[in-house]
Amino acid sequence: MSIQLTINKKKVSLDIDPNTPLLWTLRDHMSLKGTKYGCGIAQCGACTVWVNGEAMRSCVLPLSAVANADITTIEGLSEKGDHPVQVAWDQLDVPQCGYCQAGQIMTAASLLKKKPNPTSTEIVDGMSGNICRCGTYHRIQEAVKLASDIASKKKTSTTKKPA
Amino acid sequence: MQKTAFATGAFCLGFDWFQAQGKAGAMVSTAVEAGRFNAFLEISSLGKVILYSPNPEIGQGIKTAFPVVVAEELDVDWKDVEVRQANLDTQNFERQLTGGSGALKHSWDRLRKAGATARLMFIQAAAQTWKVDASACKTAGGVVLGPAGLKATYGSLAALAATLPVPAEPTYKNRKDYKIIGKRTKGVDNANVVTGKPVFGLDIQKPGMVIAQIIRPPFGATLKSFDAADAIKMPGIIDVLSFKNKVAIVGESTWQVMQARAAVSCKYDGQNLESESTHKKWFDEGMATDKAQVQRKDGDFQTAIAKAAKVVEATYECPFISHSPMEPMNFFADVRADGSVLLAGPTQVPQSAQKAVATLLKVDEKKVEVELSKMGGGFGRRLNNDYALEAAELSSLIKKPVKVMWTREDDMTGGIYRPAVRYHFKAGLDASGNMTAFYLRGVGLNAGNATRQDNFPVGAIENVLVESVNQVSSVTTGPWRAPITNFLGFAEQAFLDEVAEAGGKDPIQMRLDWLARAKNNPVGKITYEPDRFIEVIKQAAEKSQWKKKPGVAQGFSVYFSHLSYVAQVADAQMVNGKPKITHVTAVTDCGEVVNLSGAENQIKGAIIDGMGHAMFAKLRFNEGVAAPANFNSYRLIRGNEIPTIDAHFVDNGIAPTGLGEPALPPTGGSVANAIYAASKKRLYRQPFDI
Repeated sequence: MSIQLTINKKKVSLDIDPNTPLLWTLRDHMSLKGTKYGCGIAQCGACTVWVNGEAMRSCVLPLSAVANADITTIEGLSEKGDHPVQVAWDQLDVPQCGYCQAGQIMTAASLLKKKPNPTSTEIVDGMSGNICRCGTYHRIQEAVKLASDIASKKKTSTTKKPA
Repeated sequence: MQKTAFATGAFCLGFDWFQAQGKAGAMVSTAVEAGRFNAFLEISSLGKVILYSPNPEIGQGIKTAFPVVVAEELDVDWKDVEVRQANLDTQNFERQLTGGSGALKHSWDRLRKAGATARLMFIQAAAQTWKVDASACKTAGGVVLGPAGLKATYGSLAALAATLPVPAEPTYKNRKDYKIIGKRTKGVDNANVVTGKPVFGLDIQKPGMVIAQIIRPPFGATLKSFDAADAIKMPGIIDVLSFKNKVAIVGESTWQVMQARAAVSCKYDGQNLESESTHKKWFDEGMATDKAQVQRKDGDFQTAIAKAAKVVEATYECPFISHSPMEPMNFFADVRADGSVLLAGPTQVPQSAQKAVATLLKVDEKKVEVELSKMGGGFGRRLNNDYALEAAELSSLIKKPVKVMWTREDDMTGGIYRPAVRYHFKAGLDASGNMTAFYLRGVGLNAGNATRQDNFPVGAIENVLVESVNQVSSVTTGPWRAPITNFLGFAEQAFLDEVAEAGGKDPIQMRLDWLARAKNNPVGKITYEPDRFIEVIKQAAEKSQWKKKPGVAQGFSVYFSHLSYVAQVADAQMVNGKPKITHVTAVTDCGEVVNLSGAENQIKGAIIDGMGHAMFAKLRFNEGVAAPANFNSYRLIRGNEIPTIDAHFVDNGIAPTGLGEPALPPTGGSVANAIYAASKKRLYRQPFDI
């Protein structure tokens, strides 16, 4: 029996064990390696994806639980790698080893969708579920703030009336 | 140096890493393997500059820093540079490894020379073309500028430059003219990382590859039998087999292997399997024995301590801890029928992997190829090739390309830990509060020499005795970021804080007084430069406003490791009855800072790493099994638990020294001393019990 869902705007039909966590579905069956395995028990956040726009931990989500859902992974966050979070991440040179960063970015982008102008406390708390073993936390937090600024500038410029 | 020319008109320059420094080799290669350059600096006729970065990238930023050095001396614009990761190439590189914070120190001169040599060859090519003197030409941003407005891009000169003899002694830039070195350069892999490209070892996918997980025995135990009757029938499972006390489950996909693995049961044989009580006994015995190994002796400690006006003593202890990089251990191996081997994955020591696999499989090293993936952290764990050997052995047994992946539980309980150590310090103070006698015994479990006997303040103290005892354990250990000093640094700096307090001295002034002694009239051998120590201490005192922040408790520490000097002041305040570290000021002397952005990342990262592990990390043993096994109980520091950090660098232009590790050893000390200043509670064990 196959399960249908949408991944990064593409409809897919998968005929695999419906208990397969979404993480391994993506990595092993869709060749989408951007979503990472860090712990397998939803403690570290490296596996964060969006399910119907909500940030969730794919390592504990069986495929059957996301049947017919709309999944966004790091590969689908933007077409050209230019989501404000991705831009901010590069601008502030956030990554060290880089392994946790996809999960951090998906969490950050989700946070900003809900709170486009978060306070420092909201950023720190909102990101505290994602572990970074390299300790790049300061830049992660600064990059979320910068992304928020970038996004609001974009918004202002696109809503500006033509002269 | 070795250069090679191509029909396309590209200029390629090989670094000859094996030449003694300051000498240019005059090797000219006439044969070029089709499609595969043996050179590490290429400039095409279109002016594209390709630099190959040889060392494995683990998050320390070397993949960016190395090319920065080359590009600076080559005098091209960084935006025109493309960086590629080199795979293992023992013909053209040496020391292709990541560890010991040694890469930049080792390669600084070679990298500069390679860039400067190429730049000189472009000047010579232009001079020849224009029929002017080379001395009348300069360069800027990849362009040679001649007299009377003559200009030529490196790209346009590439074909001619490739035919010229390699000059022996190029000239180097003055550091005041640096355009890239010392500035912030963004990581060359950022675009790949933020878009989720498959660049890590765990992401490797090769044709025909199968997945395996391995059940490993408790420490000290042997595999007696295993039952895989159910597992072997499960969907996607190809084989379940044992080798060297381990049981491998091989299948088509990760989830299938995980499911099948849970259905395998193993029986073990083991005597004297270790538990917490075993380790405590060994520590106690190690502290009591009269058979310690003397590591350092100055003056006469026994006499001096007997005469001391005051004696200060303390014992410190740390547990085994795991490295727990975010990417767990994994490796790909394909042992083919023709005896050739492809290894691919995250390793800090690819050449050692190549050698070890060649030995294991009894094949020529030349038949073992190693591809380097990015590493999702390592912290020293990936200096050990156990997991690469396992993958190679398994591949040779099942005769298939296989990726062995470790689950987080496998990784956390699988060994090669930071060793457990107990330290006993004893100091004798004279009537003026000066330390005249200093004693340390370090007892480690698989720690080797658990002391660093020549470290400051040794060299400034009249009577010193440093001893070590090593107890052999079946728990495997290996280097962990700033090996030994990652805990010794805390113990020593916390102890010296007690010494300062007992002697009525300011801890900073006490160090400065000792350094004056070490500088002018050292006691025995010293391995550090007192002036560099003094500078970081003075700057840390100033930048932290030492003892000048009302209502803020502060703790000081300073440490020399991997040839760099780091002084720290941590600030603490009581919050809801508990001491909280609010800020850390760190001043580092690592010589020339190549990439300021990467350097800050290393300092802040090492401090957070040191603090988090000091506060939270611990493995316990029961009958040879380590626990806990995952992050729900093995706590790593998170983003809402960190202090603010100011990282400063001494600007002295000395050739670069280590940066990946040096900020970690002093961290436990500055944090513990700040906690004491705030709460009057001394810390003697890690994890801290606050």
